[in-house]
Parts: sequence; C-alpha cells; structure tokens
Amino acid sequence: MDDVIALSPASFTTDQEVRWCPGCGDYAILKGVRKALAELGRPPHEVVFVSGIGCAARFPYYVESYGFHTIHGRAAAVATGVKLASPDLDVYVVGGDGDFLSIGGNHLVHVLRRNVDVNLILLNNAIYGLTKGQASPTTLVGTPTASTPAGSADQPVNAALLALGSGGRFVARTVDTMQDHLPDMVKRAHQHKGASLLEVYQNCIVYNDDAWHGLHEKKTARDMTIRVVHGQPLTYGANGEHGLRFIAETGRFEILSTAEAGDRITVHDERNFALATALARLPAPTVLGVLYCDPAEDFTAAWGHRAPYRPLARDALQTLLTGENTWVVR
Amino acid sequence: MTDLLDRSHLGEWGATTRDRIVVRFAGDSGDGIQLLGTETAKATALSGHDLMTLPDFPAEIRAPVGTTFGVSAYQIQFGGPEILTSGDAADVLVAFNPAALKTNLHTLRPGGLLIVDKGSLTKRGLEKAGYAADPTEDGSLAGYRMLLIDITGLTAVAVAASGVGKKQAGQSKNFWALGLVFWMFGHDRAATRGWIEAKFKKTPETAAANTAALDAGHAYGETAEIGADIALRAAPAKRTPGLYRTVTGTDAMAMGLAAVAACSGLKVSYCTYPITPASALLHVLARLRGQGVVTFQAEDEIAAVCAAVGASYAGGLGVTGSSGPGMALKAEAMGLAVAAELPLIAIDVQRAGPSTGMPTKAEQGDLTMAIHGRHGEAPCCVLAPATPSDCFDAAIEAARIAIGHMTPVIILSDAYIANAAEPWRVPDADALPDITPVFRTDPAGFQPFLRDAETLARPWVRPGTPELVHRIGGLERSADTGHISYDPANHDRMTRLRDEKIARIAETAPPARIEEGPESGDILVVGWGSTYGPLKSATRRVRARGHAVGHLHLRMLWPLPRGLEDILRSFKRIVVAEMNSGQLREIIRARFLLPAEGFNQVTGQPLKSGDVEAHVLRMLED
Repeated sequence: MDDVIALSPASFTTDQEVRWCPGCGDYAILKGVRKALAELGRPPHEVVFVSGIGCAARFPYYVESYGFHTIHGRAAAVATGVKLASPDLDVYVVGGDGDFLSIGGNHLVHVLRRNVDVNLILLNNAIYGLTKGQASPTTLVGTPTASTPAGSADQPVNAALLALGSGGRFVARTVDTMQDHLPDMVKRAHQHKGASLLEVYQNCIVYNDDAWHGLHEKKTARDMTIRVVHGQPLTYGANGEHGLRFIAETGRFEILSTAEAGDRITVHDERNFALATALARLPAPTVLGVLYCDPAEDFTAAWGHRAPYRPLARDALQTLLTGENTWVVR
Repeated sequence: MTDLLDRSHLGEWGATTRDRIVVRFAGDSGDGIQLLGTETAKATALSGHDLMTLPDFPAEIRAPVGTTFGVSAYQIQFGGPEILTSGDAADVLVAFNPAALKTNLHTLRPGGLLIVDKGSLTKRGLEKAGYAADPTEDGSLAGYRMLLIDITGLTAVAVAASGVGKKQAGQSKNFWALGLVFWMFGHDRAATRGWIEAKFKKTPETAAANTAALDAGHAYGETAEIGADIALRAAPAKRTPGLYRTVTGTDAMAMGLAAVAACSGLKVSYCTYPITPASALLHVLARLRGQGVVTFQAEDEIAAVCAAVGASYAGGLGVTGSSGPGMALKAEAMGLAVAAELPLIAIDVQRAGPSTGMPTKAEQGDLTMAIHGRHGEAPCCVLAPATPSDCFDAAIEAARIAIGHMTPVIILSDAYIANAAEPWRVPDADALPDITPVFRTDPAGFQPFLRDAETLARPWVRPGTPELVHRIGGLERSADTGHISYDPANHDRMTRLRDEKIARIAETAPPARIEEGPESGDILVVGWGSTYGPLKSATRRVRARGHAVGHLHLRMLWPLPRGLEDILRSFKRIVVAEMNSGQLREIIRARFLLPAEGFNQVTGQPLKSGDVEAHVLRMLED
C-alpha cells in the first residue's frame, strides 16, 4: 500500500451532523471548500480551521482537520498566533460579516496589513443569523431586519475595498452556489502566500432570503455579475456581449457592447491596484473572481529575515542571565 | 578647610557609618533622574552593598520644565546585611530644581541631608514650583542639613572643554551629581564610565561631556573636602556566595520567559499591546527576539491575548502581558483558554485604578479580577512574585503549571516590582527545572478532553500531528467524547472538573510557609506581591521587641497553597496587609471563616515598613 492516500472531499468531512438551517448557503460553501481542499492535497492534519462566532463560525466542526472555534470577532488574531508558533500549518479563518467586519473589523485590517499567511473566507449574508436577524455591517440600506423594522439606515461596508485599503494583497469574490467558481477561488486564495480575503456572497434563507438578489440564479447572474480573470478582457453576459472599459482619468467604467468595442475593453490585470479598487466598488455588475493579487513578503518571512527564531540552549541562556555587570560575593 | 562649599547649614550629622542609607534623587522628568538612579544602583551593588530601589516617575513623558507634576524621583536604600525595602524616608535628598524640592521634601527624614542645585533657584523656577520666597533663605528648611551647590553652573564649566552646546551642558547635570554621590558613598565610577562609552558611541562629544561631568562631580567632592562631615559609609551586604547582578522586575520576568523557552523547548510567543507599566517587558523581550522568544505587538489587548491563545493552541507557549485596563479587555479570551484548557501565561503589571487611574503607580487592586474576573465559572491559577528577582522564578513556575495542568496562569506583578531593582544571584542555567511538555501523538483511544488521572489535565496535541485531528472551542463539550454538548448533567460535571483541576495545582506547588518568625503566636502578618519587603522588615522589628509575630507571604493566590489554613489557625489574630481595600482579606475570611483583619493603603506608593510596624504594635496593645 502506498503511503500517499488520495484525498477526496470525504477526507475533509467529519462525523458531526451539520446544524445549519436547511437551504442555508453555507452548505454549498462547505461543499466547495471540501472539494478545493481535496484538490489542494494538503493532508487534513496539516490544515487548521479557525473561526469566531456566528453561523459561519461552525465551519470547523464540519471540516476534518484541526479546528478551533474561538470567540466573536477574534479568529484572525488567534490565527495570527497559530502562525507565530507554527508557520508551516495551512490556516483558514472562516467567519460571517458580523464577525469579520463589525466586532472583528480591527483584526481583519491588521491581519491583512501584516500579510499573515492565512486564508480568510468571509461568508457574507448581510445579516446576523445566529442572534436571529439583526442588521449587519453589510446589510443594504432599506432592508427591514429585527433591529431595523423600518429598514436599515446605515451605509454597508464594502469588504473588498476595506481589504484593499488595509493593504491586503489578495482579494477575491465568489457566490455560495457557484460550484464552478468557488473551489477555484479557494484554491487561488490558498496558493497566494500571505493574507488572502475571499468574500463569498451567501444567502440566509431564514433572515435575509434573496440577500444578494439575482446572483444565485444562473439566468440573471450572467447579466448581473462579471467573473474577472487575469489577462482576459472584462466581458460578461450570457454570450459575453457586455464589456467594461476602465477610464483611468475618472476611476470609473464604461459599459460597452463587445461586438462594437473592439480592443477598447480593458484586459484584467490582478496587479493593478487602481483597477482592483474600481472593480471592488462597481455597483453593477457585481465583480467576482480575483480582483487583486500582488504578492509581497509575508508576516512570517518578514520577521524571519529580521530576527530568525532559534531555540534557546542552556549555555546561551546562561550568557543571557549573567549579563554584563556582575560581581562575586565570596 | 576649603571655602568651595558653604557649610553654614550643615549642623551635626552624627554617626557616619551605618547599616543602611536611603538616598533620593528628584528633578525634572527630562533631567535623567531614572538614569541617575539606575547607575547609582549598579555602582552601589558593585561596591558590595545590598539594595532596593523605588523609581517614582510621572506619567507625562516631558511635562513642562520646572512644574511640580513633571517631577521624577528615584529612591535607593543600600547597605547591609540585608536590605528588604527602598526605605521609608530618605537620609539624603538631591533636588535638581525648586519643583523637585517642593514635591519631595516630605520624603526626607528630619535632620536629613538636603542637596539643592543652587543654579536652579531662579525667580522663574521658584514661581513655577509655587514658592513665594526662596525656601533656602527663609528658614523654612531649618529642620534639615542643607548643601547649596551650583550643579548647573559647575556642570557647564566642566563640559565646556568637550565642545558641546549649552543644551548638552544642562543634560549632563545628572552625571555631575552622580560623580558627587559616588564620592560621598565611596562608589567606583568605572561601570558608569563604561556605560557612557557604550551608550554614546556614536556621539563621542556627548560621551566626553558626560564623563567630564561625572569626573568633575567626583573631583568636587574631593576638593571641597567632603569628608566625615557629609559623606556616609554603609554596611556591606551579607549574601550567599556567588555571582551577582542587579535586576528590575521587568528584567527578571523577561529572563524568566527566556528560561521557560530553554527549559521547555517551546517557542515562547509574547503577544502584547503597549500599556504603562507593562510595556517595558515588551522592550526587553523584543531585544531578545530570536532567542527562544518571539514578540508580537498586536493591534489591541484582545488581539494580543488571542494571538497568545492561538500560539498555545498551535503547540507553542503563548504569553500575554498588560496592566489592569488591558486585563479587563482580555477577560473574554482568558475564558476561552479556560474552556479550551490551553496553557497560557498572562502577566498583569498592576497599576493604580480604576480606569486610567495612576498609570505609573503601584496597586494591588486586580487580585479579585484575576481570580474571578471572567464570565461564567472560569477558574485559573494566579501567582504573585514577591520581589523584583522573584519574577524570574514566578515566570518558570507559571510555565510549569500552565504546561503541566493545561491552564491559563495569571502573574500579578505591579508597577513597583516591575521598576524596582535589587541584587540577584545569577542562577545556574543547568540547574533550572526541565518543564518539557508531553505532546500527545498516540491516536489509540484519543479524545481531546481525556484527563490525566492525577492532575486532570487534558492532552496537548500539536496541530500537524497525524491521526489526531480534532476540534475544540468555547462551546461546552462532553467530558466523555469531547464533542459539543448541551447536556445539563455534563455541564455540571465539566464545571466541577475545571474547578477540581485548578484545585489540584496546590498538590504540586510549594506549601504555605512562615517567612519570618515563629510557627504560632499572637499576630500573623499576611501579604502577597510587592509588599514582601515592608512586611518582612516590619515583622522583624516587632519581633525584635520580643513579640510573637509571624509573616506569611503568598506566592500562589489561586488555588491557595496547601497548609495555609493550619498556619492561619496557629495565630491568635491575622492581619492582611495590602495595597488595596482588602481583597485577600475577604478571600481568607470567606474561605476559612476566620476573622482576618486588614491593613490597607491605596496611595500608589509601596507600604512603609514603619507604618506596618506601628499598626501591628497597636494591635498588640489592644
């Protein structure tokens, strides 16, 4: 028998009964993530899932790997500690919009700017689900919720823009039900050395059904979303009939007909920060795919270069304890 | 006799050789007072004296020059055979300006020697300090012996040849005073000279100016014939033979954590966020980075403790450090470490509270927060070092308990212990205990909350270990399977198990013992933390009067050590002396149903042994 065991999604499936509401978008995300993990090929014992609190934060219980279900908002900080102690582990941080963008907003900013090599998967359903339906930091203006019966009044935060502004070097988006896209995005995020943020538009069937109107149906999604690919023109639509032209002077886009546009349609460049920010804030079509990927030295490497870690031997400890100004009592 | 020095206010000094001398320096926070103190401590130690210091500085980094709230002070008691405290009152006070004189005069004992920088007694300086008239001339200082020396002017003359500007001349005053003090007490200048050379390597003219000032101050003592009428000689220390150095609590804690790395083989991750007075520990450890310890300055207190928890989860040893306000923020994550049963060390350098309080002043106000200050029933271990050098042992003991019992351990230090310095016998690194953890690698019969039959500790598994993948977290888990459980009986069982696990730490920790005095008697003085010196000193003095009084000092506050109740019941009365309103007293009363009394001061300053002595004597008269 060969030592190498072929991995399948089942290799990353625990014996725990999944307790999300029937029809929750998280099921599809779990399925896509397991598929990606199997294809990435890192054995389960070298993978760690860290989460905070919320529906999404139950994720680690359902992935056969090491898992740490921590406290609300702090998963990114815990994951940073995991990387401090054991930089070789593959670390995923899974959380919802409340966890990542409200209570844990500060940690998201800093894990990104430090470029800690963790994969942050944001399950964005624009609602607080586990606490029964209050407005979240991504709830759209006007959405009635338990805490905003007259409709939410606060402007939602744009996670991709926040990530880019925080110094994140990898920002991608996908949709829970897009099984032909989501696993690839997880794999791309994993391949990126440094912090990666993958935002997954997720539906909450109980408290915010149809949260991302139109993104979940194949028919409408073709016209309402664009999947950007590095080196490919920014086209979308059922037959790729629409194209985007980035106007550098205004930082905005012009929507063109592919047939008439010729070579005026912008070719996606993952390393173009200005393009990435413009794509991140485009209201329609919703931009999916890798918006930005521009690797830089990650947290562990940066510190390793400045102060490489060495275990402390007892003789070195003795030198340290003795110091420089000593005297002898006889 | 030279006319260099006005001796008209000196009066009689009495005996010039004594067991102990207390010297206090006070000046502007920009005058380099703390440096002056540190160098004095070093030279004192190298001269063979025992010592204890008390840095006393304001929270303001550079308060407006000459103001009373910008005064920084440093007190040192030295001599022998054993020095336990930084001294209740100063024998010598060196005041660098009127504001320092005004704010520190009360620390000088009646008849003590006052050295004032005459050059600072300007109209403007006196006004800023709130003096209507020059106190050196209006007779208000008649109760003290006084030397007026133009330190500012003499320093300017001394450094002139070094080619430095007027500003640097002002900044070398502390070295001039240091030179004079070294002359007065017979200390050697060599160590300070070496320090100046190293510190100002890149600015040789500054090094030359400071050395010139140091030498000039020393020469002044000689040419002004400061002899038996002014100078004092203290007794030598009587210590166990060996190699010695001085350490502050911060130094000792940092070296303790480095020792933990060496003794455990673990990568120690010190994760913290800047806060006074704990930040100094980050500074020391950051310089050690790479030597067994890594430091991580997090974005906030919560991230700091969470990163430490993450590091421990990953099989390293997570350590976080803060002060009261930061500890409050860490409480939720400490609860997670209790629930997930992970090793963790949290160092609380206590300061006066509540809220921002007095950030540079010491207090023991966080005891009950450390023991009980988490949501739910979340017991953990609480230790308290008694002296600066004891921080070294506390760090190793905390790691031993955290690793061996899979629990968070809180170390309660304080602003006094962190900053105070004392001599320390350099330990033999090879003789330090082995605290290597046993990581579980065997999958047979594994579940994450299996317990050791003796300690009740659960197994520690490093992520990356094959065939042991598992999930843990803050949700209650089944004692039998480790899986999430909301079963009522299981929660009751787990709550008791967590409590019992902490209680059993007492079985491996040192038992309670009498620090000073008889095993039974009339009064037992009980303390913990930085009050050690004053309480031991006070107990000795009361005993010297023939009373049956003992001193017990707790180094472990939770669980309480074995044998404590027997000792408490061996004395007719118990007085718990604390720098809070009686937190340990309440615990002892509640735990043992004993009528413990309190001696409490919440001034931000260390207890004075004289005050404790007087209190115990009053109790004996009752």
